[in-house]
Amino acid sequence: MKITVRVWRQANPSAEGKMVAYDLDHVSEHMSFLEMLDVLNERLTLEGEEPIAFDSDCREGICGMCGLVINGLAHGPERTTTCQLHMRSFKDGDVIDIEPWRSSSFPVVKDLVVDRGAFDRIIAAGGYISAPTGSAPEANNLPVPKADADHAFEAATCIGCGACVAACPNGSAMLFTAAKITHLGLLPQGQPERTSRVIGMVEQHDAEGFGNCTNIGECTAACPKGIPLDTISRLNRDLLGALAKGKA
Amino acid sequence: MTKQRVGARRSTVALKALMAVSGLLMVGYLLLHMYGNLKVFSGQVKFDEYSHHLRTLGEPILPYEGALWIIRVVLLAAIIAHVYSAVVLTIRDRKATRVGSGPRYKSKQNKRGFQRTYASFTLRWGGVIIFLFIIFHLLNLTTNDIAPGGASPSPYVRVMNTFSEWYMVLAYTLALLAVGFHLRHGVWAAGMTLGANTSVKARRNLNVLAYAVAGIITLGFLVPPFAIFFGWVG
Amino acid sequence: MGGLNPMTVTVNTEARTDDFTDLYDLGAPIADTKAPDVDVTKRWDTRRFEAKLVNPANRRKLKVIIVGTGLAGASAAATLGEAGYQVTSFCYQDSPRRAHSIAAQGGINAAKNYRNDGDSIYRLFYDTVKGGDFRSRESNVYRLAQVSVEIIDQCVAQGVPFAREYGGLLDNRSFGGVQVSRTFYARGQTGQQLLLGAYQALERQVAAGTVVNHTRHEMLEVIVADGRARGVIVRDMVTGEIETHFADAVVLATGGYGNVFFLSTNAMGCNVTANWRAHRKGAYFGNPCYTQIHPTCIPVSGDYQSKLTLMSESLRNDGRIWVPKKAGDDRPASQIPEEDRDYYLERQYPSFGNLVPRDIASRAAKYVCDEGRGVGPGGLGVYLDFADAITRLGRDTVEAKYGNLFDMYAQITGENPYETPMRIYPAVHYTMGGLWVDYDLQSSITGLFVTGEANFSDHGANRLGASALMQGLADGYFVLPYTLANYLADGPFDAIDETHPAAVEAKKQVTDRIEKLLSVNGTRTVDSFHRELGNIMWEYCGMARSEGGLLKAIELIRELRTEFWRNVKVTGVNEDLNQTLERAGRVADFIDLGELMCIDALHRRESCGGHFRVESQTEDGEALRHDDEFAYVAAWEFGGDGGKPILHKEALIYQNVEMKQRSYK
Repeated sequence: MKITVRVWRQANPSAEGKMVAYDLDHVSEHMSFLEMLDVLNERLTLEGEEPIAFDSDCREGICGMCGLVINGLAHGPERTTTCQLHMRSFKDGDVIDIEPWRSSSFPVVKDLVVDRGAFDRIIAAGGYISAPTGSAPEANNLPVPKADADHAFEAATCIGCGACVAACPNGSAMLFTAAKITHLGLLPQGQPERTSRVIGMVEQHDAEGFGNCTNIGECTAACPKGIPLDTISRLNRDLLGALAKGKA
Repeated sequence: MTKQRVGARRSTVALKALMAVSGLLMVGYLLLHMYGNLKVFSGQVKFDEYSHHLRTLGEPILPYEGALWIIRVVLLAAIIAHVYSAVVLTIRDRKATRVGSGPRYKSKQNKRGFQRTYASFTLRWGGVIIFLFIIFHLLNLTTNDIAPGGASPSPYVRVMNTFSEWYMVLAYTLALLAVGFHLRHGVWAAGMTLGANTSVKARRNLNVLAYAVAGIITLGFLVPPFAIFFGWVG
Repeated sequence: MGGLNPMTVTVNTEARTDDFTDLYDLGAPIADTKAPDVDVTKRWDTRRFEAKLVNPANRRKLKVIIVGTGLAGASAAATLGEAGYQVTSFCYQDSPRRAHSIAAQGGINAAKNYRNDGDSIYRLFYDTVKGGDFRSRESNVYRLAQVSVEIIDQCVAQGVPFAREYGGLLDNRSFGGVQVSRTFYARGQTGQQLLLGAYQALERQVAAGTVVNHTRHEMLEVIVADGRARGVIVRDMVTGEIETHFADAVVLATGGYGNVFFLSTNAMGCNVTANWRAHRKGAYFGNPCYTQIHPTCIPVSGDYQSKLTLMSESLRNDGRIWVPKKAGDDRPASQIPEEDRDYYLERQYPSFGNLVPRDIASRAAKYVCDEGRGVGPGGLGVYLDFADAITRLGRDTVEAKYGNLFDMYAQITGENPYETPMRIYPAVHYTMGGLWVDYDLQSSITGLFVTGEANFSDHGANRLGASALMQGLADGYFVLPYTLANYLADGPFDAIDETHPAAVEAKKQVTDRIEKLLSVNGTRTVDSFHRELGNIMWEYCGMARSEGGLLKAIELIRELRTEFWRNVKVTGVNEDLNQTLERAGRVADFIDLGELMCIDALHRRESCGGHFRVESQTEDGEALRHDDEFAYVAAWEFGGDGGKPILHKEALIYQNVEMKQRSYK
């Protein structure tokens, strides 16, 4: 099929960017979206033009490195990562808009590449259980009810791609933050640091300049792993509980 | 960790909780207010008596209009808190999403995202409209500075006069629809913010509650104006 | 291990007359001198006891560079940070959490014997040695089995959400190639959960100030000063700045080199550059030809394909693999009756059935496709059918177990695996080869340690399922912290700075190479070279290798190298985010590695594990080893540009497991 892509091109963080259109013929519906961009990049290279910079690594939907806003939707029309989106989701003659994640906390590095270092700093602010190597008790000493384990797992599947921020009208990273709070907060191992964790992570979330959650749910709708919105409610509950107890 | 952190007490989550609590206070007030409004069906004597009773409530422990002033102060505080948190958070959200010039995303497709409800879209401007309406409403029925159809010392007559004008019925209807939308999303959001959505079931219940509160308040407030306009009262 | 009496064979380390001496030179034999000369069960305890300790107050003065933040790198960085060393870590991705360990699906082995089904440390050791087709070191494998138990404890304490049973205790499943249930898993995302555990521990140390992590930095050279690895040259991939970093020891945890095949299940960015640069500086490359071809991948769909996707081989627990009995049978799967189907693994290997080790399952798939019985586009695929499982267990159970894998398959192929059988085909997945290390995980460069998939490691000629995660974490959490401390106890070493000749030289090597790549300005893209290299490797150095094919491959690769440096087109400049430049450097190293892999495959005139030489097979077409000649690790020394690599043999000595022809019949 034939398509036109309009791609955000921006030379560097301080440069003005703009949308640039490219026509593509012979696009196979079995191609992944990123393979379509690979093909375009090969052509641009041969034409002596700089190829479009975009991030991707595992290309199997788990590393969280890829992420494009496609036709105004984070990761495009299907609920999956950009790398798992295939051209069969589009049709002949489509004009496809491709933009980077937009958030002042995710500055554009070049073209479609953004800096998501803020996520690492949120994790560093408390998104862990302090279990120094060698200090662990025998694994089966601590049974975890299956329901809790399953729910924790569900929250733990977050891949840190940042689609929640890109989709949120407020540029909030609450879903990302809450997924980790929920994962660790549901496990018995996570209890001792539950209060300090939520305080540290929320403070860092705010310090990074992310917006606030207005409970709209676009994040969870865009999330390729379907992290549920109730994680945010759990985060709120944990933080308010900590404040009520005078812990912050 | 180079970025300056503010304390969790001043975090977005705490501000949202302030917004949720102040909003729920106002919802509580609206339910009482709506109940009082329905007294209009009991006739002028009952209605004016009820209105007067609000001023003598709590006497003699409280002075005349004491209870009313307490309610007014609490409501005013709630409104200030609600508006304050809304303004602070909105400015913050704008900063978080304004990158470069023009709209955040240049694509003109899917402007409503994956699933955004109309209610969530209209929350902020709806809130502004409601705020302006409250001022209008106070000038109209409390101070009676705006008195279409004629001023009166009797609250009952004020109400009757106001809603005998079609444009006033229309104005109140529009305002109450805005309130309805605001509550549809606001009640749900308050539940989320205060940590009530922790399961699929809780989520469903919260949504039902939000619809119910929004529906009851909107309809409950609209019944008297329409009844009056069509001459079913008095 | 001088004083030990080998139970089975002595290896002839002399050159034979029919060796390809025009392609390589034979160097002096080498040996691992670090494993203590005691019973295998006591070696690790002995080594740990003998290892020198570093006073906590001195640790602060010692710097360690760790390249790579996968399981092996992140776990080591976190643990060394906790211990109080000054750690600097690097990753090429935008976050340490994205390292490709994250894509491992199936699980992690540990000899916990929670199922009371006869598992033990010794059995895990035995299975791994056997599974590796007797080409791994007993010492290392035994240690791996020992610490496997602690890994699970550590990960659970970190909050890794392993699957649990209704009683709240940890669940296990069995995995390809073994008959006990010793695999711990977190649905189909075990690697992700383990990596996030290690990543979180790493970020905790970042917050504590003991670890400084540099993202979007690529290591391009190692600094070897006065006989020791003392630092690295890295390129900031955003600004192009070439930075010099120094330390008392350098750890490479840079993963495998499967992308030499262009199409593999590795991430797009996985590369051999760090390892290859270290190799050029003196680190021996061990067994480069040992690659693992994973049987359950989604087949190639077109020539634009950028990578292959693996589906956990746990699918083989319940899925049945078959092809039509008749070549050229192009009826849809649903219309092929039972009697016209050939469940070839169940037929050929009745006791293991669909659960035979990966190398065997992959080769069997290749054979049936070679016979023209393959299915799907190009006839390169076999069916993996869940119809029986759905009937037996119910769709809900199948969905609970494999739902995410089914979804992934449907997403990629557009087919519904609940209704039509999946199509699978083998793909390059893991490289057992890597930089040669001793028992301390130290390479042949003093002070350069190599962990995880990057070392030639513990898997011999074939890795068993759910063993990679185990090895990466064993190295990082429990082995390196001891052995590295032993090395660092002699430090801090003399301070050096950017004016040291070794640092100046290393930096110049990097900048010269970048300049050269940017100045060719030819007419072919980097990817086109990579694709061509991949085709050569897959064709001649893939699932079945022959002398003629390998000789041809070497010739083709040499031509490709010449063509690359004459005609590659790299757009842009160095001082920028330049993904073409990044790839160009990696492909150049892959070309050099590809040649060494072919030479290694050519010199090893036997079949073992993932290395299958068509000249060396049993009557049934199974891999036939020649223990008398080849029971050794091939450790290759760099012979200079245009020079011949030098082969050093490390004899493998089996004192505990009897070397047998593997049989999974």
